[in-house]
Amino acid sequence: MSVAVQNITKSFGAFPALYDVSLEVKTGELLALLGPSGSGKTTLLRIIAGLELPDSGLVSFAGEDVTDKSAYERKAGFVFQHYALFQHMNVFENIAFGLRVLPRRKRPNREAVTKRVGDLLQLIQLEGYEKRLPSQLSGGQRQRVALARALAIEPRVLLLDEPFGALDAKVRKDLRKWLRHFHERTHLTSLFVTHDQDEAFELADRVVVFNQGRIQQIGSPDDLRKNPQNDFVREFLEV
Amino acid sequence: MKRATTDHWLVRYLLIGVVLAFIVVFLAFPVFVILYEALKLGLQFYFSTLGEHQSRSAVRMTLLVALTVVPVNTLFGVCAAWAVTHFQFKGKALLISLIEIPLWVSPVIGGLVFALIFGRQGWLGPWLDDHGIQVMFAFPGIVLGTAFVTFPFVARGLIPLMQSQGSAEEQAALTLGANGWQLFWRVSFPKIKWGVLYGMILCNARAMGEFGAVSILAGTVDDKMTMPLQVEQYYLSMDQGLSKAFALASVLLLLSAVTLVVKIALEWRHLVPSARRLH
Repeated sequence: MSVAVQNITKSFGAFPALYDVSLEVKTGELLALLGPSGSGKTTLLRIIAGLELPDSGLVSFAGEDVTDKSAYERKAGFVFQHYALFQHMNVFENIAFGLRVLPRRKRPNREAVTKRVGDLLQLIQLEGYEKRLPSQLSGGQRQRVALARALAIEPRVLLLDEPFGALDAKVRKDLRKWLRHFHERTHLTSLFVTHDQDEAFELADRVVVFNQGRIQQIGSPDDLRKNPQNDFVREFLEV
Repeated sequence: MKRATTDHWLVRYLLIGVVLAFIVVFLAFPVFVILYEALKLGLQFYFSTLGEHQSRSAVRMTLLVALTVVPVNTLFGVCAAWAVTHFQFKGKALLISLIEIPLWVSPVIGGLVFALIFGRQGWLGPWLDDHGIQVMFAFPGIVLGTAFVTFPFVARGLIPLMQSQGSAEEQAALTLGANGWQLFWRVSFPKIKWGVLYGMILCNARAMGEFGAVSILAGTVDDKMTMPLQVEQYYLSMDQGLSKAFALASVLLLLSAVTLVVKIALEWRHLVPSARRLH
């Protein structure tokens, strides 16, 4: 599914977070939002998910305007930097959450839930961890559970907010590779926020460079390296 | 090992001594006096006092009031804490201060305010009279007074708890398609349930012991006395009143003890797992 934002403006009090941002994510694309902290990239991601409302502008999913829809109607798969796992639920219940809150007529039965969670556990290579609580997992394991939880509802788009930001270097590399493979297999339209250009360049089909609430440049990693369009991009990417 | 932060032993013993002296004088000794005076005239007298119509009616009234006030204030406290921690609005700090007013105001004043509103000469008094609704010197009045005095207890404990927890899990639940109801019962409430129960226990303890506000709103109508009021009534009466007062007070003491045990059990349950997690 494609995702588009048009002329999004957002400020928090006197602080302008986004200024007239337009962007289209093509179906099946893996796109990175890259920029220094405070540049507005996370705010844009949260606006797409419906966790923030823009002051003006439109958000559309597959051509349909969803600007006025709440987060729980949009059901974008969202992965938080600090995982935001449900602390009082075990791994199984965390992953099953999105299925359990479906309206009754759409809710899968017990076997279907078990099957789905089992498949996802296999996908994130955490079989046998069903009964663990989030507090009994490592950071990398937690983030994988968070991914599985977001994927359980079969979202049409996956949004990841600094998904590797809280992890150590080794785990970060592994998980990065895992995500790349996952995307190659599924081609689920995905956006991820990062301030790490290596991460953006290694993973993304296209990279969007942000600074001070504005898009500086959009392009493939190659494109950005070869033709930085302004001084900020040149300096930020150190090309 | 010698630590720089360790105070001199004299300071330590002095502080511990002061605290112990306070506990003995203000807690242990009174408890002893209550039990001693209550049982001075023998077990038979003790139980016949508790069997008296007035005693039984007071115990019943106190339990009824607590059973009404605690759920109402729990609902209020959860709503207030939710509003304050999940929404941004003007005057939030003021609202938090307003919630705490009953802690700053003398309960007697609270009782008087309600008397001025609902009493025969009060603002709503004539209207209530015309419609045959009795608030003063009746169950509704006692509940009002008690609710006023105890309404900060649940909210006050929950607000800092909910603020420290943040709303990340709630946001995650939203993106997973949970509606407001599911969000509250499946995600928010499990995180605060012990805090809610703790607030309910405090609220209950305070509700059962309330005297000032209730004494104004209940007056001295025989059937409308809570235990603290009846204790005073016995105390002022002639015929072995003192022993009767202490007998009934010992029941109040027992209820407090039960509350305290529940509270400690709760803290133990709450603290031990988190302490284990640290190791």
